Amino acid sequence: MRFVRKTDYAQDVDLFQHNGQRFWYGLLALVVLLAPLALDRFYLGELALVYIYAIAGIGLMLLVGYTGQVSLGHAAFLAIGAYTHAYLLNHGWPLPLALVAATGLTAVVGGIVAIPALRMTGIYLAVATLAFAVIVEQVLTHWVSVTGGFRGMAVPKAEFLVDLSGAGAFYYLCLGSLVVSLLAALNWLRSPTGRALVAVRDSETSAQSMGIHLAYTKGLAFAISAAFTGLAGGLFAHKITYLAPDGFTLIMSIQLLLMVVVGGLGSMHGVIFGAIFIGLLPQGIAIFRDSVPPTIAQIPGLEPGIFGLILVLFLIYEPLGIYGRWCKIRLFFEEFPLYRKATYKKQKSYLRTERLR
Amino acid sequence: MEVIQLLISGISQGCVYGLIALGFVLIYKATEMVNFAQGDMMMIGAFVAVTFINILEWPFVWGLLATIGVMAVFGILLERLLLRPMIGEPHFAVLMLTIGLGFILRAVAGAIWGNEPRVLHAPYVGEVWRVGGVIIGADNVAIVLGTLFLCGLLFLFFRFTRLGIAMQAASQNQLAAYYVGIPVKRIFSLVWALSAVIAACAGVLTAPVSLIDPLMGFVGIKAFAAAIVGGFGSLPGAILGGLLVGIVEQFAGLYLPPGFSEVSAYVLLLVMLMVRPAGLFATMQQKKV
Repeated sequence: MRFVRKTDYAQDVDLFQHNGQRFWYGLLALVVLLAPLALDRFYLGELALVYIYAIAGIGLMLLVGYTGQVSLGHAAFLAIGAYTHAYLLNHGWPLPLALVAATGLTAVVGGIVAIPALRMTGIYLAVATLAFAVIVEQVLTHWVSVTGGFRGMAVPKAEFLVDLSGAGAFYYLCLGSLVVSLLAALNWLRSPTGRALVAVRDSETSAQSMGIHLAYTKGLAFAISAAFTGLAGGLFAHKITYLAPDGFTLIMSIQLLLMVVVGGLGSMHGVIFGAIFIGLLPQGIAIFRDSVPPTIAQIPGLEPGIFGLILVLFLIYEPLGIYGRWCKIRLFFEEFPLYRKATYKKQKSYLRTERLR
Repeated sequence: MEVIQLLISGISQGCVYGLIALGFVLIYKATEMVNFAQGDMMMIGAFVAVTFINILEWPFVWGLLATIGVMAVFGILLERLLLRPMIGEPHFAVLMLTIGLGFILRAVAGAIWGNEPRVLHAPYVGEVWRVGGVIIGADNVAIVLGTLFLCGLLFLFFRFTRLGIAMQAASQNQLAAYYVGIPVKRIFSLVWALSAVIAACAGVLTAPVSLIDPLMGFVGIKAFAAAIVGGFGSLPGAILGGLLVGIVEQFAGLYLPPGFSEVSAYVLLLVMLMVRPAGLFATMQQKKV
């Protein structure tokens, strides 16, 4: 067990709590920086996809895990980011500018969506965002002059000064974006506005009575969340190289939600764990398909079914997600012979009714 | 004439939405859980009916009764296995759980009954009446009559039976219902059973009009919109919301450019949420501090 003796107020807001963390995160940084030396093209591509998911996950985590607002429509933000980026690249914009513009536009859309969403809570909000996602999907299908409709839209090669479309270069592009997003999100969460998000999540009434403007805070959370997802969308466009409306359906939204829930709500570690999980799951399912008899492997909708099963099992048996499990294991070893099972025991609780808001 | 024709198909489609919405609202009212898998429960109900009526070749009425029985057990099992551990968890977790459940049900249905669409052999399929230039299909009439019958039954159930009144009590205040000796957990199981039965009825009624396949449950999302338009938590509101969505959808399909028919339900939902966030029949109140 490690006790950190704080001798300076700056330590309270420090990114790293103690030197042990500095050492391990430094090691991690070294590993991911040197990964292209050891891995081949395929695995580098998969790792880049994990980073892209993680960026989108940061956005969703800010909204769901920190502000407590559920969104079933984040695929729409991903789509807006991806299409804007591809459209601007097709019209000759340089890559960084297109990426920033895609991020900005998605943030604006997120802010606009938030205006009606501010008056809603819980399921109403979830369904409103779902409705938004369906409408965006239809717009993508029918606005042929911009999006190419059903035929879709090719994404130009990623290049800026140098060619960025190679596996290694694209890997570093995604890694860089992830690190920047992660630092931005962590810094934002340590700021007064970031603290306000958590206050809104835990109790709207008490947040309001401490002088937090609910509508402004939630709207900001929506816009920032959408911005991260839009950035991920821009990178995602390069990853899949061809955009079509059927890539951004409800399934995608739920996959993103699955990521933050399975990873562990309310922590940035959870985002990374969840992204790794989501990124590796299709490979796992492919291996599973090979190892079972073909009658089972040929079931239509097997993949979403397994997604659903994992989601259900996690919600019932490990609501804290992978990060929660990791914390428990770490605590077990830290307190080794003295670990109490009851530390994380679920308290019996009665439902806080939503009918009286 | 065209308008009346559209109105008829809109009403019959709206009744199906209304019935699914009724299932949503029942569960939400009693347990404050949102069952996103309601549409998929309808799909399972329709497939069970297909099993009894098409494959085992039972008479229609017996097949329907058997379906209702199977679905009631199915609803109770779902509640016992999946939803009971979630009592007291946040709404969001339950919502995610039922979304996951929907995916599982779709995969299971695909595994058991296959992916090709099926037609339910109902005795009244194919009959049409012409009334002054308007064509009325027997299946549409069956949907409307079935919905009316079910609504009447539910009304009587909630008004006059002990169980129905206990359900209302549990829905108004769980803790208070415990205190007056209502077995709230058992009531929850029965509410799920009731909701599954209603979903099965919706599935059987809609089967002759739309084909049965594992993806038919996606209708549930539109029905969800209908439930919210009606004011989540109000039974007459659910039916009314369903009718509204069904009718608007039909008219949007004819008079507006392509694509609007699919989104009309959601546009209606967004407009309703902006204008009157609590729905047509409001049941939510602001808490006084």
